[in-house]
Amino acid sequence: MPRPRACSEMCRCLEGIDVHNYFNELSGKLFSLLTGKEILLLNLAGEESDFVRLNQARIRQAGSVKQQSLQLNLICANKQNSACFQLSGDLQADFAQAKYWLLQLREQQPLLPEDPHLNIATQPQNTTYVGENRVPEAGQVIEDVIHTSADLDLVGIWASGVMISGFSNSLGQFNWHSDANFNFDWSVYLKDDKAVKQNYAGFEWRHDVLQQKLDFAKQTLELLARPVKKIEPGHYRVYLSPAAMHEITGLLGWGGFGLKSHRTAQTPLLKMSRDGVTLNPKVTMLENHHEGLTPRFTSTGFIKPDAVTLIENGVYQATLNAARSAKEYGEEVNSHSEQPQSLHINAGNLPQSDVLKTLDTGIYVSNLWYCNYSDRSHCRITGMTRFASLWVENGQPVAPISVMRFDETLYHMLGDNLIDLTQEREHILDASTYVARSEASALLPGALVDQFRLTL
Amino acid sequence: MNLSEAFQNIVNQFKQTVPAVDFWSLRLVIDQQESLSVRQNVVQPPYLAQSQGAHITLVRNGAAAYAATSQLNREGFKAAIDSALRWLRVSESKMLFNASDVPRPVTSGNYASKVAEAWTGTSLSDKITLLQDTNRHLKLHDSIVDWQAYLCNRETQVLLLTSDGIEIKQSFQFILPGMEAVANIGSETQQRTGGGWGSMRQGGLEQLDAVQFPTAATRVAEEAMALVNAPQCPTGCMSLLLMPSQMMLQIHESIGHPLELDRILGDERNYAGTSFVTLDMCGHYQYGSELLNVTYDPGQNAEMASFGYDDDGSHAERTFIIRNGILERFLGGAVSQARTGLAGVANARASDWNRPPIDRMANLNVEPGNHSLQDLIGGIENGVLMDTNLSWSIDDSRNKFQFGCELARIIKDGELQTLVRNPNYRGVSATFWRNLSAVGDASTFEIWGTPNCGKGEPNQMIHVGHASPACVFRDVQVFGGD
Repeated sequence: MPRPRACSEMCRCLEGIDVHNYFNELSGKLFSLLTGKEILLLNLAGEESDFVRLNQARIRQAGSVKQQSLQLNLICANKQNSACFQLSGDLQADFAQAKYWLLQLREQQPLLPEDPHLNIATQPQNTTYVGENRVPEAGQVIEDVIHTSADLDLVGIWASGVMISGFSNSLGQFNWHSDANFNFDWSVYLKDDKAVKQNYAGFEWRHDVLQQKLDFAKQTLELLARPVKKIEPGHYRVYLSPAAMHEITGLLGWGGFGLKSHRTAQTPLLKMSRDGVTLNPKVTMLENHHEGLTPRFTSTGFIKPDAVTLIENGVYQATLNAARSAKEYGEEVNSHSEQPQSLHINAGNLPQSDVLKTLDTGIYVSNLWYCNYSDRSHCRITGMTRFASLWVENGQPVAPISVMRFDETLYHMLGDNLIDLTQEREHILDASTYVARSEASALLPGALVDQFRLTL
Repeated sequence: MNLSEAFQNIVNQFKQTVPAVDFWSLRLVIDQQESLSVRQNVVQPPYLAQSQGAHITLVRNGAAAYAATSQLNREGFKAAIDSALRWLRVSESKMLFNASDVPRPVTSGNYASKVAEAWTGTSLSDKITLLQDTNRHLKLHDSIVDWQAYLCNRETQVLLLTSDGIEIKQSFQFILPGMEAVANIGSETQQRTGGGWGSMRQGGLEQLDAVQFPTAATRVAEEAMALVNAPQCPTGCMSLLLMPSQMMLQIHESIGHPLELDRILGDERNYAGTSFVTLDMCGHYQYGSELLNVTYDPGQNAEMASFGYDDDGSHAERTFIIRNGILERFLGGAVSQARTGLAGVANARASDWNRPPIDRMANLNVEPGNHSLQDLIGGIENGVLMDTNLSWSIDDSRNKFQFGCELARIIKDGELQTLVRNPNYRGVSATFWRNLSAVGDASTFEIWGTPNCGKGEPNQMIHVGHASPACVFRDVQVFGGD
């Protein structure tokens, strides 16, 4: 864990303003407006990000985004409603806006019934996390990237900067989380759809890491230049890289582990939780809040536990319980979201150096793409291979393959057809930037799988 | 202060800070949403949201850069412009193309959604009562294990100003209704949705009738219950009748995305992907059978991506993209048109003030043919009818696809028969549309689309419209679940 630095250095999302103190001051002013038994929850979200889009190792679009929003959640007499607006940085103007939205919420409340699933933290627990900002100046990095990849067809996105989350409530709780990181996500293309997908994400930029990755890409492009091996639909022995596993687990997170989806029989893992079907005993999955990058507090003020074991030795264990579901179904809150944000899969016994030898003859799947359920009740998943997926013979990669569609149930993939997971795991920082930069991450091994079904 | 006054104050502050460059544009967006939902008869906390911010683009010496800020005052604009200038300096020697070659907007104008029945014309209590009643109709039986209905309103004001004096004001209003029933027996679960679920329409509350909201509730629940007991969809090569609620997805994934020029130019290769279509196909490539006619139509009333101008300020008008099966034009805005030298359409769109415009498909529609639904069914000897998209997956060049639907019915000898569950089909875009064998008439034509099309780096989620008649495809690989 990096040493925290002075908060004011990390909190300048609003130009000229210390957002930590700003949020504290704004919170106090708003709480002073409350009457009777009103409770107010405030959630602040902010980012100051640079985004540079590259194509053919040139700049396609470069720019920056500064945004801060404040969500108000008003609670009174077991009723609740909420409003969200963008902060301007002018305390008086923002206070006036917040007052306006507070009045709107008050006007609505008499028309609402009581909320039986209202669930907020009532015992104040203050927390502060301020990560060290070691992110380099983005312009210099882009100069470095373009110079280093000058002879390559590189396409991708640089995203970097500060992310801020704050929570306060009128019961006296105040939580703060700010961090700064970068996520450079790119592909190096040979031609058509033949490419190597790479990522370099973290907190401190090192040119030699970039150089090593691009050198590896160049070597792989030589393999991709070989004639394409045409694969017929059928069952194959495959190695799924950690990046490919990330696509699988990303889909699985869509309803797989949430309390509500389990109690309403919508989880794709229904056979595990209801019929006792198991995965391979090598599979243990947990939501590792402690090792993740997301704030440790939820939007209703609960503090997350260090970890939640979801699947242990192939057997389904616990669900992720967000506040409303927890109240509805009488469980403890253990997550902000019912979708994993810090999923870890335990390592297996297969050394990375033995992957090709153990695969012997089959497909090295570097990336999967566009996964979705083809039969949700049976956790059957379809998707595509993408980027540098290779045909391997006698432990040697011999040719790229054309993209292939798979359609396979998780109960085979990570169940009876799982041969082993790798000893080494990859820490993947989600490159997603919908609405704002994602803080999700995953720590995943690769998987060697037999009889993997390709269909098209 | 009304919105116009708010815009004017912000514009004044911007104009005091913008520097002398070759060209600048300012796009101001104020987006307001109200969301209401009732799940299992419990009113969920209502949610109000207002997002407002500015997107500034600067062009100088052939380079372009942007900055977006929610800090709409002089200090915020100064900081944003400093950021844009910083990126302009980096970009000046490293741009992929010459930004000075991109045509600038030349006409000012206005656009406003047509609204017959305002959101505020019905009280909050009445809307909640409507959702509660809908919930009661959805909970038909013990096998319905989850159910919900929602109703949301969204109003977006966009002002685009340029250094050339162009001023474009657009005002959009959207309605998002939907309902869902989930049925379960043992370890088999089926969902059925309706009432516009997953889509949205431009306009006001008058749009609810068109998507059978809330009248579809009982049918939705009955179909969910029937599906959980239904046999699996059969496996085989057969005729496939797609209803508009699935044609939407088919058009989107295997016509819309492959024809977006930025994908063909390689901008999306690291994320959304490339295209099996190449620039040299324009004007002669047989995309589908002679029955296939596809238009970009920004003027289709109630369709969600109707507008007067795109976010680069290009004027939008209806254009044939595919005519009688032949590819005539790509989907690309002013930047892509300048980069390729090809004609395109006004579809440079941004998801919000905090993202730059990129090529998006907007409203992309299949034009009606001349068969009634009964004609379409009657013409099928062995096939299946599929309704309402459930699952979607397609390769990165938008060719090999596999899609699934919520519901299907067997068609034998020209007649609809048994309901079947877990219907899926797979194919290849490059050949699938050539097997289009019959196109429904205007009576089968419905307006759909999705508010959640993801693309771009940084990522953008945007609404796109797809209107279509029911259509029949021959020789399709169809299959069910496990």
